[in-house]
Amino acid sequence: MYRIVRKESLRPTVNLYEIEAPLIAKKAQPGQFIILRVDENGERIPITINNHDPEKGTVTIIVQTVGATTEKLSHLNAGDCLQDFVGPLGKATETEGKKKVCVVGGGVGCAIAYPVLKKFHDDGAEVHAVIGFKSRDLVILEDDFRSSSDVLKICTDDGSYGRKGLVTEALKELIEEGNQYDEVFAIGPMIMMKFVSKTTEPYGIPTTVSMSPIMIDGTGMCGGCRLSVGGEMKFACVDGPDFDGHKVDWDLAVKRNQMYQEFEMHKHEETCNLFKKEAE
Amino acid sequence: MANMSLTKNPMLAQDPNVRNRNFEEVALGYTEEQALDEAQRCLHCKNKPCMAGCPVMVHIPEFIAETAKGNFEEAYQIISHTSALPAVCGRVCPQESQCEMYCVRGKKGESVAIGRLERFVADWHNAHSTVAPEKPASNGHKVAVVGSGPSGLTCAGDLARKGYEVTVFEALHLAGGVLVYGIPEFRLPKSIVQKEVDGLKALGVTIATDTVVGRTLSIDELMEEYGFEAVFVGSGAGLPMFMDIPGINYRGVYSANEFLTRINLMKAYLPDSDTPIQHPKKVAVVGGGNVAMDAARCAKRLGAEVYVVYRRGMEELPARKEEVEHAEEEGIVFKTLHNPVAILADENDDVCRLRCIRMELGEPDASGRRRPVEIPDSEFELDVDSVIMALGTSPNPLIKSTTKGLEINKKGGIVVNEDGLTSRENVYAGGDAVTGAATVILAMGAGKTAAKAIDEAISRK
Ligand SMILES: Cc1cc2nc3c(=O)[nH]c(=O)nc-3n(C[C@H](O)[C@H](O)[C@H](O)COP(=O)(O)OP(=O)(O)OC[C@H]3O[C@@H](n4cnc5c(N)ncnc54)[C@H](O)[C@@H]3O)c2cc1C
Ligand SMILES: Cc1cc2nc3c(=O)[nH]c(=O)nc-3n(C[C@H](O)[C@H](O)[C@H](O)COP(=O)(O)OP(=O)(O)OC[C@H]3O[C@@H](n4cnc5c(N)ncnc54)[C@H](O)[C@@H]3O)c2cc1C
Ligand code: SF4
Ligand code: SF4
Ligand code: FES
Repeated sequence: MYRIVRKESLRPTVNLYEIEAPLIAKKAQPGQFIILRVDENGERIPITINNHDPEKGTVTIIVQTVGATTEKLSHLNAGDCLQDFVGPLGKATETEGKKKVCVVGGGVGCAIAYPVLKKFHDDGAEVHAVIGFKSRDLVILEDDFRSSSDVLKICTDDGSYGRKGLVTEALKELIEEGNQYDEVFAIGPMIMMKFVSKTTEPYGIPTTVSMSPIMIDGTGMCGGCRLSVGGEMKFACVDGPDFDGHKVDWDLAVKRNQMYQEFEMHKHEETCNLFKKEAE
Repeated sequence: MANMSLTKNPMLAQDPNVRNRNFEEVALGYTEEQALDEAQRCLHCKNKPCMAGCPVMVHIPEFIAETAKGNFEEAYQIISHTSALPAVCGRVCPQESQCEMYCVRGKKGESVAIGRLERFVADWHNAHSTVAPEKPASNGHKVAVVGSGPSGLTCAGDLARKGYEVTVFEALHLAGGVLVYGIPEFRLPKSIVQKEVDGLKALGVTIATDTVVGRTLSIDELMEEYGFEAVFVGSGAGLPMFMDIPGINYRGVYSANEFLTRINLMKAYLPDSDTPIQHPKKVAVVGGGNVAMDAARCAKRLGAEVYVVYRRGMEELPARKEEVEHAEEEGIVFKTLHNPVAILADENDDVCRLRCIRMELGEPDASGRRRPVEIPDSEFELDVDSVIMALGTSPNPLIKSTTKGLEINKKGGIVVNEDGLTSRENVYAGGDAVTGAATVILAMGAGKTAAKAIDEAISRK
C-alpha cells in the first residue's frame, strides 16, 4: 500500500497528491510515469510524475478527475493509501543539447509539461512556454511556469484570462516573430498535440509530443497502448511516451483512445452516484 | 489384477452449453472412485517409460501405486518431491505429448490418465491436508527472483526450503505470471495459484509486487546495494507479436495478451471491475495454440460467436488436445487452412470484417511440418467486430537493455548454460525468458535446475 502524505486541491477537478514511494522517488526522471490502482477492483491508470523527492521518498502527481477511477481517487485524502503504485515507467524526456525550446501545455497536460520545462530550464536552454486552458478558473501551476520560463503566454478558450484563443495561434505568432526553436514540446489532449504538430510542420521545427493512449500493464506485455508512428508499430509504455509529433498517425490514436467511451461514462456515473449516496 | 479397460475414466465436466456462458472451472476432476479405478490401469512398468516423458521426472508409477491403495497423501508427497505445482500441472500440462505419450497402455487403447490422477491427488491434498509448511531456519543468504511465473515461483520455493531468504520481484500487482494474467479461471482457478503463492509466503518468501526490475530496481542494484548474492530471472515471454497486415491498429483488434489480461488479471467480466472490455458479437481469433483456445473460449463466454482462424490443419493445432475438444464442444468454429490478409473497419475505425485467404499444406519445412501455402484467388471475408491475435510472444527486452553484459540470442531469449547460468556471474535465468513461449512444466523445470545450481554455487563460497 502506498500512503498519500499530502493532497492539495489545485482546481475543483484537479488535485495534487504526494505519495510515499521511495524506490520510485529515487529513480524518476522528467517525462516518466507511474501506474496506480486505487483499490482491489480498480483499473490500472497511468499518471505522469510531476515531481519527486528522493530524500523524502515521495512522488507527486497531478490528476484531473475525468472518469470513475480518477473520481474515486479524488475522494481519498492525506493518510489514505493507494492499492498499487508502480514505476517509473516509460523513457525519460530527452532535454539535453537544446538551446532554445518552446513548451506547449494544454489543460492538465501542463502538470506533465512543467517538469519537462523545468529540466530544459535547469539544463540552460532558453525556454518559451505557451499554456492553454478552457477558462480562468482552470489555470494551474502559473507561478511555477513563470519562474522557469523566459517567455510565458497563457491562453484561454473563452478569453477570461490571458489571451483569447488556442495555443496553436500563440505558438504560430512566436514562430512568425522569428523565434528559432530547436524543438517544440507539446503535452495535452491528443487533439491539441495533433494541431501543434500541424502548426510546426511547415516550419520544419522538430516537435515532440507526450502520447497518452489507453494502457493496462505498462510493461510492454499487452500491446494495448500501440500507436502507429512513421508507419511503424510502437508501444507507448516502453517506446514512449514521447514521440515525433510529425510522424504520429493522429486520427488512429484519437479514435483508439475513445474505444471505451460508453463503458467509462457509465462507470463514472455509477461511481458518482455511489459517493453521493455515501454523502447523504 | 490391473484394470484392463482400454479407455481412461472420463472426467466429469460442466455441460458445454452451460459452461460456455460462465467462467467457472470446466473440468470437474475425478471422484475418489474414479481415481482408484483409473490408478488400477497402471501396469507399474519396470522401465517407467512414462517418466521419460515428464520434463521434471515425476515418479509416476510410484505415485499411481499409492493412489491405487487410497494413500492419497503419500501419493502427493511423491509428486511434490519433483514437481512444485502439481495442482497446476495436472490441469495444464500437455500430457498427450509428454508423460502420457510414452505410457505403454497407450499402445493399445488409451494411456493411463496420469494428468487427471495428478490433479486428483493434488486437489485431495489441498482439501484435506492440515500440515502447514514450516518456515525453515535461515541460512543467512539472500537470493532475488525476477518474475512470479511458474519458473520464478519454483526457484523461490526450492531455495526457501533450503533456508535461503528469497524475495520475488513482480511487475504486476498480483503474483503468478501467465497463470494469473493469461490462463483463464475456467481452466485454472485463481484460488489454486493463490494457494501456491501463500504456501511460498509461509516458507518465508517475500513477494514484492508492483516492482519492475529494470525500472524500479536494476539487477546490478539488487546485487550491489541490496546484498542479493544471486538473481534468477524468470521474466517470461510477454511481448506480443502482431501480424504485418493492413488494419492491425483498428479498434477491436487485440493481442491475446491484452484481451486475456483484461479478463483474467483485471476481472473485466465481473460487473464490479472498473476495467472495460468490449463485448464483441463475432470474433476471429488468429492462431492455434493454447493462447488462441483461451482467447476464443473467453470471447465465447462474453457472448460472441467465435472463429479460430489457423493457417494449418486441425491435426497441426499446437494447443492441448483437451482444450481443442472443449472449444469445439462449446461451439467455437474452426477455420483451419485459412490465413488473414487484411482487417477492414467502418468509418469509426471499428473492425467490421476480416479478409482471409485459403491455404493448403505443401512440402515439409525445416521443422518437419508441412508448410502452408496460399491458394491463389481464394480470398473471402468474415463478418467480425473483433480480431484477437494469438500468434505467440517473445521475451521482453527490458531486462536485457538494463543489465550490462547479459548475453541474448537472436530471438531475444537470455543465453544460459545447462545450470541456467547466464553470461553474468551469479545471474541465472529460465522459463520463457530463455526459451520463448513454452510450457508451465518446462518453466518449472528450469526454475528447479537454477535453484540447485544457485545453492551449489553459494555453498561452495
Ligand atoms: C502516459 C500517460 C500519462 C498520463 N498522465 C496524466 C497526468 O499526469 N494527469 C492526469 O490527470 N491524467 C494523465 N493521464 C490520463 C489518465 O491516465 C486518464 O485520465 C485516466 O486513465 C482516466 O481514468 P478514469 O477511470 O478516471 O476515466 P475514464 O472514464 O476511464 O476515461 C476518461 C478518459 O481517459 C482515457 N483513459 C481511460 N483509461 C485510460 C488508461 N488506462 N490509460 C490512458 N488513458 C485512459 C479515456 O480514453 C478517456 O478519454 C495520462 C495518461 C497516460 C497514458
Ligand atoms: C494464455 C496462455 C495459455 C497457456 N496455456 C498453457 C497450458 O495449457 N499448458 C502449459 O504448459 N503452458 C501454457 N502456457 C504457457 C505457460 O504459461 C508459460 O510457458 C509459462 O507460464 C512460463 O513461465 P515463466 O515463469 O517463464 O514466465 P511467466 O509465466 O510469463 O511469468 C513471468 C512473470 O515475470 C513478470 N515480469 C516480467 N518482466 C519483469 C520485470 N522486468 N520485473 C519484474 N517482473 C517481471 C511478469 O509480469 C510475469 O508475472 C500458456 C500461456 C498463455 C499466455
Ligand atoms: S508434471 Fe506434467 S508431464 Fe509430468 S507427470 Fe505431471 S502431468 Fe505429466
Ligand atoms: S507407462 Fe503407463 S502403465 Fe507403465 S508405469 Fe507408466 S503410467 Fe503405468
Ligand atoms: S500498456 Fe500494455 S503494452 Fe503498453
